[in-house]
Amino acid sequence: MADREERRFAEVPRESIRLMAESAGVELSDDVAALLTEDVCYRLREATQNSSQFMRHAKRRKLTVEDFNRALRWSNVEAVCGYGAQDTLPFRPIKEGDLFFVEDREVNLVELALATNIPKGCAETMVRVQVSYLDGKGNLEPQGTVPSAVQTLSDDLLKYYQQITRSILGEDPHLMKVALLDLQSNSKIAALLPYFVYVISGVKSVSHDLEQLNRLLHMVKSLVQNPYLYLGSYVRSLVSSVMYCILEPLAASINPLNDHWTLRDYAALLLSHIFWTHGDLVSGLYHQILLSLQKVLSDPVRPLCSHYGAVVGLHALGWKAVERVLYPHLPAYWANLQAVLDDYSVSNAQVKADGHKVYGAILVAVERLLKMKALSLSVNAEGGIGGLPRPGGIMGCRESSPGLSPPPEPLSEPGLGIASHLHAGGAGCPWEDWTPVPLPAMYCELYSFFGDSLAVRFSTGPSLGNSPPAPLAQPPTTRKELPGGTANLDTARKMPQLTANLNISPRQDGSPHGEQGGGVGSAGASQSLARSSSSSSVQRSRSSSSRPGQRPSGLSRDVFPKARFNPLPAGPPIFSFVIGGRQMGRRCQGRRFQTTFTPSQPLSAVSSRTYAHKLPVIGRVGKPVRRWTCSQYSLHLPL
Amino acid sequence: MAAVQDAPVEADNEKEIKTETLNDAAGNHASAAGGVIPSPPVASTSSSGPAKAGGPGSEEQQTLMAVLQFLKKNNFVGAVDVLRREAGILEDSDESQGQELAASALGGAEAGDATCTLSRASSCTTSTPAVAAAPAKGGEDQPDVNVVLSAYSQQGDPALYQGYYSGLKKFVESVLDCHRAELSQLFYPLFVHMYLELVYNNHETEAKAFFEKFSGDQECYYQDDLRVLSGLTKKEHMKGNETLLDFRTSKFVLRISRDSYQLLKRHLQERQNNQIWNIIQEHLYIDIFDGMPRSKSQIDSMSGSLAGEAKREANKAKVFYGLLKEPEIDVPLDDEDEEGENEEGKPKKKKPKKDSMGSKSKKQDPNAPQQNRIPLPELKDSDKLDKIMYMKEATKRIRLGPESLPSICFYTFLNAYQGLTAVDFTDDSSLIAGGFADSTVRVWSVTPKKLRSVKSAADLNLIDKESDDVLERIMDEKSASESKILYGHSGPVYGVSFSPDRNYLLSCSEDGTVRLWSLQTFTCLVGYKGHNYPVWDTQFSPYGYYFISGGHDRVARLWATDHYQPLRMFAGHLADITCTQFHPNSNYVATGSADRTVRLWDILNGNCVRIFTGHKGPIHSLAFSPNGKYLASGATDGRVLLWDIGHGLMIGELKGHTDTVYSLKFSRDGEILASGSMDNTVRLWDSIKAFDDIETDDFTAATGHIHLPENSQELLLGTYMTKSTPVIHLHFTRRNLLLAAGAYNP
Repeated sequence: MADREERRFAEVPRESIRLMAESAGVELSDDVAALLTEDVCYRLREATQNSSQFMRHAKRRKLTVEDFNRALRWSNVEAVCGYGAQDTLPFRPIKEGDLFFVEDREVNLVELALATNIPKGCAETMVRVQVSYLDGKGNLEPQGTVPSAVQTLSDDLLKYYQQITRSILGEDPHLMKVALLDLQSNSKIAALLPYFVYVISGVKSVSHDLEQLNRLLHMVKSLVQNPYLYLGSYVRSLVSSVMYCILEPLAASINPLNDHWTLRDYAALLLSHIFWTHGDLVSGLYHQILLSLQKVLSDPVRPLCSHYGAVVGLHALGWKAVERVLYPHLPAYWANLQAVLDDYSVSNAQVKADGHKVYGAILVAVERLLKMKALSLSVNAEGGIGGLPRPGGIMGCRESSPGLSPPPEPLSEPGLGIASHLHAGGAGCPWEDWTPVPLPAMYCELYSFFGDSLAVRFSTGPSLGNSPPAPLAQPPTTRKELPGGTANLDTARKMPQLTANLNISPRQDGSPHGEQGGGVGSAGASQSLARSSSSSSVQRSRSSSSRPGQRPSGLSRDVFPKARFNPLPAGPPIFSFVIGGRQMGRRCQGRRFQTTFTPSQPLSAVSSRTYAHKLPVIGRVGKPVRRWTCSQYSLHLPL
Repeated sequence: MAAVQDAPVEADNEKEIKTETLNDAAGNHASAAGGVIPSPPVASTSSSGPAKAGGPGSEEQQTLMAVLQFLKKNNFVGAVDVLRREAGILEDSDESQGQELAASALGGAEAGDATCTLSRASSCTTSTPAVAAAPAKGGEDQPDVNVVLSAYSQQGDPALYQGYYSGLKKFVESVLDCHRAELSQLFYPLFVHMYLELVYNNHETEAKAFFEKFSGDQECYYQDDLRVLSGLTKKEHMKGNETLLDFRTSKFVLRISRDSYQLLKRHLQERQNNQIWNIIQEHLYIDIFDGMPRSKSQIDSMSGSLAGEAKREANKAKVFYGLLKEPEIDVPLDDEDEEGENEEGKPKKKKPKKDSMGSKSKKQDPNAPQQNRIPLPELKDSDKLDKIMYMKEATKRIRLGPESLPSICFYTFLNAYQGLTAVDFTDDSSLIAGGFADSTVRVWSVTPKKLRSVKSAADLNLIDKESDDVLERIMDEKSASESKILYGHSGPVYGVSFSPDRNYLLSCSEDGTVRLWSLQTFTCLVGYKGHNYPVWDTQFSPYGYYFISGGHDRVARLWATDHYQPLRMFAGHLADITCTQFHPNSNYVATGSADRTVRLWDILNGNCVRIFTGHKGPIHSLAFSPNGKYLASGATDGRVLLWDIGHGLMIGELKGHTDTVYSLKFSRDGEILASGSMDNTVRLWDSIKAFDDIETDDFTAATGHIHLPENSQELLLGTYMTKSTPVIHLHFTRRNLLLAAGAYNP
């Protein structure tokens, strides 16, 4: 036998035996240790040989710790506990001591016992039958789930794969729709999953082509929605592809004509969808996602579109994610954003426009954060009786209590503390130390950044989808939403202001970006300001009693009446906002700024064409058709 | 594990070995001089020889002393006191007598110590014949480790062992081709025994060198055993090592033609090679036959078992492999109930009716056992109805053959993360049971009819017992579900088996018990305790009532459901019994073992009537052909072997699987053999062709030296892949649809 030399057994070194004896309090002499070592090795071999029959009878190929313990038990040796985990145990060296050990983390039993997130994976054991071979005929190819090589795919599957990829990445939108639908409902494509995942991971190679990226994201969506597919660890790969679309400065975004914002929004939605439906398949996925989003957000070198992606990603993952990551980061980030927004130079126009995007996204996210936090508080406090209007009520009480009424500057202090801590934590991200900020403090902090614009959106948010509430018939909500109360207008000057401008006609007002260097002088903005002052006077008379010495933010009133006159049943009205005024944030005391932006959701309403003649063109114009066709093939596997 | 019963005995043995080495050191080669000590009984009689000379009185005294000494050694203080008081022996006389005894034992020197005397003594003192028989005959089954090993105590020059072996090797290489293959059989047993002798006599380095030099020459199918051997380098290791004890206690059987044997004998005598000759004399059994020497392939096909081939006598017994006569039941075309009523009064079958369907069983098969050779349970009404159903189904059965292969349905166990270890279907394919590694047994209904349990006793009282649909009324509709879980075992469930009437389910487990479950109430009825070690397999008799179980303790037990103790114990396997199967006529059981043999046992008298050798790995599946003539067995090496039970011959070898064959099943008419394996395939074999291709003349039948055709590829009718699901169980429905089952392993 050639391998006679190699057929040695695993042996326990004498030193180990002596160490173990020492740890049990016995000193061993050399020859005793030698004898003992030999015997230990033999007994181990014997036990291993005995344990193999438990494996054979369990009809397995893998010898488990359990098998070994059974063999020990039947030969009257105590079983070894603590190694029964399914996962592999990491075997680690310590550099200094020349020591190797199995990592054995402490388990928090309380947490384990009280855990409510029981994984969905462990479904009921069941038996399913299918006719595999009729009259002894059937395909002789293995239909296994994870074929190792392309060659093992059956012809049918291969054809299916080619057709699907061709039609999804091809020209015909109708064909694509059909393909996506089938992908969503086909129960027999488990074997193809790795290939589709591979195709999707091709996002990196088509980052110049929004259309392709979009299609690939749709493919992800179809796969995720397919109830017959078990994604398993492929979730990770899918998530990384989606994250790429959210976070990366895509080649396509060099050209401002490309509406990569929509893509990022869609990808963020998809991310949250994947996470909520399949998040339990990969442990620690949530933290990984948060970490990578945080990393992007805290990296000032990254372009604004990446930051935008991080914000919408966080937003999509839910208000808790926003609270944990975005909110603590905000003070640090704000300075950067402010610098961008304050630069009125022509060369900065593009960047500034991007900055506004980010601003809007952050605004949307924090509003939702506040709203949900308030809601959760009220649910906690009132045992879930409070519906939507409830939080307002409670908030109102809090806000109106004199101690908590918002003097923004002092109360923003703790917020900064947390922010700096999380920042310092960096990638390590000590989640355990994180303590939630109380809602009022959070509101104050946020208010210091956003000023009234926060309040405006805050009030419009919940009512948009439903019937628009009558402006005068909701004293509790106004209380909460308008912490300013009856303040004089000169204090309002210091706050950044946001003017909502509802376009009833699809025609744009022509300057969604605000002309460079312009003050608060845009026609739409001033118009709405005027209207707001008039309506706020009505408002003031109503609410002044409850909030003396505070300024009303009449802007919301400005929105409601209009919305009521034009109930748009088809969808939410299209807003464009003009932000103007002085920034009250600590870093940018009294700086003036003004900007216009559209909120992120109805983005699609603004066709990219309208930007085209207004903005300097960077990069290439028009679709890179040739590249596109090439890239289509690059996605196919070399089958 | 099994051989060493408990701690005190082990401690005992340790001491004894020491005394023995003393004996050896004294230069007392009595055992070598005295010749063979094949088994303990011989040793015990010879050791009692000198004692006998001392007269009957002293002998009795000595026996008592031996008992006392044994009791003391095991710390049975109370028993010592009582015995001493009753026998009127004084404390000091005990002491002196003890010394005297020790001295006489030393003088006797035939593996001489208290235990040998003891085995005789205990047989004298105990009254039950069963226990008395145990030590006398038990040498084969539960050998005293010490005695077993002592045969190795003879000393040769360790340096010469390599010379002896290579000398023999040279000789075998020089003989004529026709003899070479036969004589090569000697290598493996000689190698092992020489190695063990070296180890036993503490020549560790020589043993290692010997192993290094010659282990490569051995046949590859002994690899597993060699691996165990190579790990064994110290005398202390030999104690409690099953493989070793197996090897030692059973003589390795070789079949050699007379010519070859003469050649060997002459060679060894010429060379004065006593060492090898001694081993051959003591540890090998050479079964000499007249006629042509066998070829290498013939030998290879039959060897591979732990203890060599079966002796020819072992397979000479007559086996009644024919089927029992079916009870003749009229298939009522219209009114089933009335027929049932008619049949009710009489014991069972054999009512001469004219146009009965069971026309094939009108005459008694000459090879069939007597109808009442073993008592079988009477048929109940429900059984008769079931038989009628069976016959009706049988008329719709598809005739299979190489041209018309069966359709295959695969039952996949999903989400079986706990580990599926065993599966069984009912004969009518209406229920499926799974045994799991988490100690549960789960039963599923595979028809739309849900599983319902009987109502509680209180509710049953309320039922109108006279109503026609009382059977329907006793069922608790609320309990209806697609599956039921049976909790009770405390270890992985390694085998499940439905009773033929579908009222019971058997399960056996690592916890050493076999449990009987009611499928009416879905509760455990009996736990059969007898195996003290894991039970690997259990199986109901095709007529119900009896069942067989086999496990790690190497003993198969036959039980009846209404007895809590086994009716028969089948001992003889040298390693774990891994699978069990009832013969269709319920008069025999087959057991497959990790010693790589299949044995067939007669239920009537408990005898082993067939030993089939030829597998090269532990056997994990068995199947009888429906006509009872043939047996198929599958092993871990992926090969399926076919056996003719009547002649005791291997008649086929089916090669194709690449991993353990966990299930085998013949189609209902026996035309197709289906095999399912760990390699995720089901394979279909043409069994008719396999049985026909073999031509048996008188000579082959007499010697059992069959020449197997290499025709696996022609016999293979189809290979069917599963979706990464090992095939654990196979079943042909009554209409010959093939059902397979296994757990999906992602």
